[in-house]
Amino acid sequence: MKYIYLDHSATTPVDPEVAELMMKYYVEYYGNPSSVHYFGRQVKKALEEARSQVADFIGANVSEITFTSGGTEADNLAIQGAARAQAKKGKHLITTAIEHHAVLDTFKYLAKNGYELTVLPVDEDGLVSVEDVAKAIRPDTILISVMHANNEVGSIQPIAEIGKITREKGILFHVDAVQSLGKIPVNVQDLNVDLLTISSHKIYGPKGVGALYIRKGVKISPLVFGGSQERKMRSGTENAPGIIGFGKACELASQRMAEESKKLTKLRDMLIDGILTKIEHVKLNGPRGDKRLPNNVNVSIKYVEGESLLLSLDMLGIAASSGSACTSGSLDPSHVLLAMGLSHEVAHGSLRFSLGRQNTEEDINYVLQELPKIVDRLRAMSPLYAKANCQNS
Amino acid sequence: MYSEKVIDHFTNPRNVGEIENPDGVGQVGNPKCGDIMRITLNIENNIIKDIKFKTFGCGAAVATSSVVTEMVKGKTLEEALAITNAQVAEELGGLPETKMHCSNLAADAVHAAIKDYLKKQTKV
Ligand SMILES: Cc1ncc(COP(=O)(O)O)c(C=O)c1O
Ligand code: FES
Repeated sequence: MKYIYLDHSATTPVDPEVAELMMKYYVEYYGNPSSVHYFGRQVKKALEEARSQVADFIGANVSEITFTSGGTEADNLAIQGAARAQAKKGKHLITTAIEHHAVLDTFKYLAKNGYELTVLPVDEDGLVSVEDVAKAIRPDTILISVMHANNEVGSIQPIAEIGKITREKGILFHVDAVQSLGKIPVNVQDLNVDLLTISSHKIYGPKGVGALYIRKGVKISPLVFGGSQERKMRSGTENAPGIIGFGKACELASQRMAEESKKLTKLRDMLIDGILTKIEHVKLNGPRGDKRLPNNVNVSIKYVEGESLLLSLDMLGIAASSGSACTSGSLDPSHVLLAMGLSHEVAHGSLRFSLGRQNTEEDINYVLQELPKIVDRLRAMSPLYAKANCQNS
Repeated sequence: MYSEKVIDHFTNPRNVGEIENPDGVGQVGNPKCGDIMRITLNIENNIIKDIKFKTFGCGAAVATSSVVTEMVKGKTLEEALAITNAQVAEELGGLPETKMHCSNLAADAVHAAIKDYLKKQTKV
């Protein structure tokens, strides 16, 4: 069977060049980067090279990069660290309703432990308004966190404008750029951010590695104490092969991004237009055009349920994801789709395709050929579809 | 994640559809995830002669709907009313832990349809 991977927002394959480099740091150069001897020094050098590759990719200084175990830890470090370091200054935190759970649940934890939280709404395209952010600011606001691009619907937020306001008011601004990195330009200077989260496994690097950009002069408290690695910001022997792989992945992404994003945008629009014309009662979730990530397609297919769609696609070798309640451990539909105003029922039938480096026009055509048949079959089984048809006629 | 039997019933569901002018109708919603199952059946001499289902739900929900129609077709009303959700899941060779609640719909919908039939009978 032919297998087509359309779930790159979940994770990406490691680039062979990255994997090859990493392999050397597992078997050949295995020293502890903190060691004084030759074995340690070699790894330390490569680690610092990786730090500069990551820093270059986002327009930062090497001293501003702290490596972590991934995007989740970087989000936690930024939010918990900033809240703790500024607890005397104020207790008010601001974020949005569509953040990744790594951000949202960290804020919710803080809100249960002495902090106050404002969660901003989004419009029907999944976009936050700059005005709403400005209006939510209080004298005791100490941290604002808004994601760069949403992982489910691909909406790109007005980060630079929000950053202008936070800079003026002297409030720390954290941005989760896990999904935007490698797809659209991410530059900490242009975006006016103080803290920025990135993750390796979304850009063809290894899993379990990420980084937090901490602007020079910004004070946050560490989460993990121990051997003082990463300038005491994140103790623990570094995942050297992973970090070195992440560095390489950043270098490759910076070389390939422009061309790749152009190609992905074309495939994305081909898939969106195809689905909207070939299947009835379908809604595109998220904005169209350049406010959408080049690789994201998210549609709600009414009267059918997402997990059934995924299962049917999987049987044909097509890998996608869904915001349906039935695919989430919590049995609640996607908080992002609900925040955009979708009903439970419509959120239930959502389907996300996230495209990547290896995808071709042929892949998209295959999906467009098979998906309508799957939808027909499931709709024939759906008690909701029958009713909808009666109402229409 | 799913057993072969679940996949089989999901791919080739038995008794899909809706009986016209049925003797009994049962529609239940899953309070956990919002999914819906609708059973229509015809009854002759206390025996389920024909049964069809429609389901809006996950793969496990479709498979349990399909298998429950097979389990009760040709059975007496008493036999059908005695079938439990757990038996339906068992018949499918088990369900993943997080999907056990999906099987709650199947027997419930059948029972609801039978009760609907019995209610109509007493009214006549
Ligand atoms: C927006 C966003 N933030 C954070 C994360 C978590 O990153 P990681 O998987 O590296 O912990 C993800 C990945 O799912 C994400 O999409
Ligand atoms: S019926 Fe919704 S999760 Fe199975």
